[in-house]
Amino acid sequence: MLKDITLGQYFPGNTIAHRLDPRTKLLLVIVYIVGLFNTADFIGYAFVIAITGLCMYLAKINPKTAFKGLKPLVIVIVLTALLNIFYTKGTPIIEGWIITWEGLKKALFMSVRIVLLIVGTFMLTYTTSPMALTDGLERLLRPLKKIKIPVHEMSMMMSMALRFIPTLIEETDKIMSAQKARGADFESGSIMRRAKALLPILVPLFISAFRRADELAIAMESRCYHGGDGRTRLKQLKYEKADFEAMLAGAVFLAAVFVMKHFGL
Amino acid sequence: MSEIKVSGLRHVYSAGTPFEKVAIDDINIEIPSGQLVGLIGHTGSGKSTFIQHLNGLLAPSSGTVTVDGENIFASKEATRKVRFKVGLVFQYPEYQLFEETVFNDIAFGPKNMGLSEAEVAERVREAAGFVGVPEDCFDKSPLELSGGQKRRVAIAGVIAMRPGVLILDEPTAGLDPEGCRRILSNICEYREKTGSTVIIVSHSMEDVAKLADRLVVFNGGHIEFDGTPEEVFSHPEELKAIGLAVPAATELSMALRRRGIALSPSIYTISRLLEELNALTGGGAEC
Repeated sequence: MLKDITLGQYFPGNTIAHRLDPRTKLLLVIVYIVGLFNTADFIGYAFVIAITGLCMYLAKINPKTAFKGLKPLVIVIVLTALLNIFYTKGTPIIEGWIITWEGLKKALFMSVRIVLLIVGTFMLTYTTSPMALTDGLERLLRPLKKIKIPVHEMSMMMSMALRFIPTLIEETDKIMSAQKARGADFESGSIMRRAKALLPILVPLFISAFRRADELAIAMESRCYHGGDGRTRLKQLKYEKADFEAMLAGAVFLAAVFVMKHFGL
Repeated sequence: MSEIKVSGLRHVYSAGTPFEKVAIDDINIEIPSGQLVGLIGHTGSGKSTFIQHLNGLLAPSSGTVTVDGENIFASKEATRKVRFKVGLVFQYPEYQLFEETVFNDIAFGPKNMGLSEAEVAERVREAAGFVGVPEDCFDKSPLELSGGQKRRVAIAGVIAMRPGVLILDEPTAGLDPEGCRRILSNICEYREKTGSTVIIVSHSMEDVAKLADRLVVFNGGHIEFDGTPEEVFSHPEELKAIGLAVPAATELSMALRRRGIALSPSIYTISRLLEELNALTGGGAEC
């Protein structure tokens, strides 16, 4: 079911990774991704994998949970690997085959890259609550306000969307049961029939989403919400010593990756 | 019209994960044809989980449910067939309305049964009649109706399938007293005319006490009490301990009895209390 998706789920905890400022973590993820895309050989990957493992250990993430998060993307990974295997030119493994050594190598490379990419970003959402994440994003993007980009509004929309995902999933479940109780059938018939069968779910779901939006708007206005100007926060984001240390570690990581790339270590 | 037999029913949510939760356990109950049963229990007592087994929406972890002697989980067809036999009206059913007109919405169930146009139309008229939805509403959008009317349309949508068993989950939640009274009297009328078995789920003793032949009290996933309203309400202390209140009339008559006024122990409606008090004082007060 929808509820079982691990990717992007937050697990409360009190590790060093949980305590870091969300801005630090966002920046570190960017550093991680840049580093990852600048590794070009297996020694580089071994280094990135070691660093990933260290981070996971620090955040007390069970590797099993991390791999569970990969499940929905297995198809993407397999497809990428297959395409690389068949479409890379080079020396064939056996004379006359399309499959080449280069293709195999590239396929492995790409798969590892995607897996690491997902696991790395997964660590961010694993240790950061959606609210902290949008807060951090808002603060990081604040300079964009100068060029008239509505940063506050965007992050407010994002946190609301995140807030209502579980609510809407629950609602969908309920409406589905209610229509099934009236004999609706979602599991059989042609694709067209099945698509049509979704109508009794989608219409009430939309109506209720609009109703909720209306209620939320009234609730916000009656609490004098008037946008981001002059708004103060209950939880002020503040960089601590650990944040600077983490950022320093990130810089060292990036430097190491570039050194390895250029000197072919 | 239909009878239900439940034995050894157990349901576990998210089995095999850290979130595992036993919702109901070892439920055994027989509901004979034509009975009006009040199902009572506070939030999380398992009553909603239980009723979703009766029409096959949830499959039990173990145990069986038979309706008219047929195991409803025997095959996929059996489970689908039972949906039409056991009509389930969810809580706040007005949120499931989706069609463009009231008529089409009530017709959704009968159409899914594969009935002919004429038969569908007849059933829609009949169901609308039971719940007091006038025919000049048929072409309106369900969204134009008032809250109470919407709920009646939604209930008609289930009644139109002519289920032998009608289950209603909190049918009066969020309605004003007049709306409550109308819906409950509609349900009673429906039962008298069709002889259907009716199960009303509620956490309000007041509502069900007046109507039900039998009360079933759920607590912590199992049946705590099962009997006539008199029998169940004769355990006021135990009911309070599990977070349920006895009807106000019962509470008052018990307090009066403690002060030495000779009232019978099985009073659970205001009119009955008034009757007995009038008999004692020789007065003619009315409510």
